[in-house]
Amino acid sequence: MLLPQTDRRHIGDRVFGIVLPVLGCALLAVALIIFFACAKLALPAIEKLGVLRLLTGSDWNPVEESFGALPFIYGTLVTSLVGIVLALPISVGLALFLTEMAPRQVRVVVAMLVQILAGIPSVVYGLWGLMVLVPLLRSTVEPALGRWLGFLPLFRGPPIGLGYLAAGIILAIMILPTIASVTVEVLRTMPQALREGALALGATPWEAIRLVVLPYARRGIFGAAILGLGRALGETMAVTMVIGNQPEIHASLFSPGYTLPSVIANEFAEATGAVHTGALAALALALFLVSLTLSGAARVLIRSRRLR
Amino acid sequence: MTAKLQVSSLNAWFSTTQALKNINVEVAANRVLAIIGPSGCGKSTFVRCLNRMHELLPGARSEGRVLLDGEDVYSKALDPSTLRRRVGMVFQRANVFPTLSIRDNVLSGLKLNRVKKNYQEVLERTLRQTALWDEVKDRLSSDATQLSGGQQQRLCIARALAVEPEVLLMDEPASALDPIATAKIEELIDELKSRYTIVIVTHNMQQAIRISDFTAFFCMGELIEQGATKQLFTKPEKQQTEDYVTGKFG
Amino acid sequence: MKMRVHSAVRRVVNWGMTGLCLTAVLMALMPLGSILWLVVSKGARSLSISFLTELPAAVGESGGGVGNAIVGTLYLVVLAGLLGLPLGVGAGVYLAERGAGRLGSAVRFTAEVLGSVPSIVVGVVAYGLVVATMHRFSALAGGLALGILMVPTLARATEEMVRLVPHTLREASLALGVPAWRTTLSIVLRTAWGGILNVALLGIARAAGETAPLLFTSLNNQYWNFRPDQPTASLTVQIFNYAISPYEDWQRKAWGSALVLLLLVGLLSLLAHFTRRRSAI
Ligand SMILES: Nc1ncnc2c1ncn2[C@@H]1O[C@H](COP(=O)(O)OP(=O)(O)OP(=O)(O)O)[C@@H](O)[C@H]1O
Ligand SMILES: [Mg+2]
Repeated sequence: MLLPQTDRRHIGDRVFGIVLPVLGCALLAVALIIFFACAKLALPAIEKLGVLRLLTGSDWNPVEESFGALPFIYGTLVTSLVGIVLALPISVGLALFLTEMAPRQVRVVVAMLVQILAGIPSVVYGLWGLMVLVPLLRSTVEPALGRWLGFLPLFRGPPIGLGYLAAGIILAIMILPTIASVTVEVLRTMPQALREGALALGATPWEAIRLVVLPYARRGIFGAAILGLGRALGETMAVTMVIGNQPEIHASLFSPGYTLPSVIANEFAEATGAVHTGALAALALALFLVSLTLSGAARVLIRSRRLR
Repeated sequence: MTAKLQVSSLNAWFSTTQALKNINVEVAANRVLAIIGPSGCGKSTFVRCLNRMHELLPGARSEGRVLLDGEDVYSKALDPSTLRRRVGMVFQRANVFPTLSIRDNVLSGLKLNRVKKNYQEVLERTLRQTALWDEVKDRLSSDATQLSGGQQQRLCIARALAVEPEVLLMDEPASALDPIATAKIEELIDELKSRYTIVIVTHNMQQAIRISDFTAFFCMGELIEQGATKQLFTKPEKQQTEDYVTGKFG
Repeated sequence: MKMRVHSAVRRVVNWGMTGLCLTAVLMALMPLGSILWLVVSKGARSLSISFLTELPAAVGESGGGVGNAIVGTLYLVVLAGLLGLPLGVGAGVYLAERGAGRLGSAVRFTAEVLGSVPSIVVGVVAYGLVVATMHRFSALAGGLALGILMVPTLARATEEMVRLVPHTLREASLALGVPAWRTTLSIVLRTAWGGILNVALLGIARAAGETAPLLFTSLNNQYWNFRPDQPTASLTVQIFNYAISPYEDWQRKAWGSALVLLLLVGLLSLLAHFTRRRSAI
């Protein structure tokens, strides 16, 4: 078909008008490709075992082609929760310090250090966790926790070092910069007048934070936490190096376990046959969908705060 | 003599608010038309409709006819960039390209449009026209942002002249300048008149009297009165115009 | 009297909470201090010319280095850059220049959301796309994984950079009769160039630190490799293998490789910082 005779726009503009949206759509295509590439690999396992069996079975045995991911799902949830529980108060404290308390120079330095923390590759965290954190947990922290809090099932059992607790602590350190920086961003959007209003009424700085700042930022902080949770669920290397890699379910945080990303990392290269590969790819697919949902929800929460 | 620019029934909107209402104006070739009026009355919008810059703002649209040498500026057969090469523009605030040298700023219109010319000749001519040559001839390769505000504005004029437009639109080109730089620009306009048709927006009525042949008075998006400058300032037909030019309002 | 006690309590609470926030800062920064100190002090011990240039030695043999892993990491990030930069920067330019409509919002949201997809998932994707079809592990697969990982963040960051270019410059160029596309390329992108370079370098620095998506794409290699269709070594995978090994010598080498990796990533980030400071916007 001929182009309409009247369209005398510059040829370059017409090309540009096509190329740019195509580049934009390519990004949408990336999302689809991720989905379909995983799904295609996962198909043999899903056909053979079914989604339900894959997600709720607790037996993982490549030799018998029996794949149930419950121990990994459990491990992922437990480690991520430990991570969030530890990271959230610290990041909020850090963010409050950065926005409400620190003088300018201190703020700049601390913010830079937090950025460096975020930039350290996860395999280096893993190395540090394995060589420093795990021995420390084994020799000091876990025995102490067992002594004082041993009445809780969470803190029972022999102190091994490798396990849920170690992975949770490493995750906390790793997601801390994410949560803190998003929280700082949310706090920055808060009108200065609100804060000053509280102070003018005679509130102490902390009371201003508790009565005005935190309520204002609540949804945003929640969003930041969800974003951190998404990070934690998918974090691979550091966790793989300190969790002990046992496909078991234990109530005690001292026990070794396994997570979804770790099992993919450890077994994918040497997976035997299409069903084993497929089972691992199905786990990747599940991770993808969960992380999409979480970060989508987090963005909506963070943005809704911003709009108000 | 036919009009160089002929505007009839021009209306312009920003999404829902109407900024220009049924404007009819003519500008003869090699004449200077001054646009005056209180702030927010649509002066900028009017000149931006003449080279189709208005439609670039989100939500902005316009209706009506603008003829350049009798040819419809809004015709689909005309690429806006071709039009803008014939109708140049100088903005209220100097907007030199920060990544380009002084030389490349002046020549940017030619170079980006891939027009082959004797660049050195164009450079010197336009910089002399804008009285910049002596001030910058020794540092043509340095960044344009190093110039003073007034120099930057004159550089912007030189840049517009380098493309050799037929019509030059100037939106308060001297509002950010000191009296000396302003005087230089007024001199320049007087000189340019022989070769260009100029539409200039100004807040300064003395300036309008000094430089323009014709004046159009806008208010609230409407063209209240137009005519020979001397006539409009001495014997305005409308009360509103008289109030404005005598400083009673606005 | 009661009032005074009350306000004293309030002041104590205020100081207490301020102290807690300060504690949070220290707790957050302690691991950073420990990590940096150990990587530098332990890593420096194994650093030497031969460590940086030689092939790894077999178990039990002393000496050897990570030369091939350094080269491998550079090779992988170059591949990743070739695949990821055009797409990421292009999508970013689209978002900034034409991204006002519905499609733009969809692309922007997708970029934000994809930014937190676990890297291991992208590894699986690259495996499916390249390894499974070529029937072997390859640098190309690793590069593709890292390239895909770069795209979303790159797109968003590029958009921000392009948006920093003042609208008046675009108008100035358009008013000269320069067509819109050339205005974008020659004026807008040229002005935003420093910022885009910064964003690209940061993306490459991040890619250099990735491990998980390489484990089953580029795998590892005991030798030098420059072929895109062959497995290739990388610093991160090498650190992983050394760290989880039972040999003390290898664990020492893990710290040494970690130092090299941090230096590489740090250098790239520093370079990024430098380009940003010199940029026009
Ligand atoms: N981008 C915009 N979006 C919406 N409305 C606008 C926009 N720009 C201008 N307007 C409105 O259009 C009307 C005309 O604006 P215009 O800029 O043409 O006025 P002006 O006469 O040039 O004023 P000034 O002397 O202050 O420059 C004003 O009421 C203004 O509020
Ligand atoms: Mg104006």
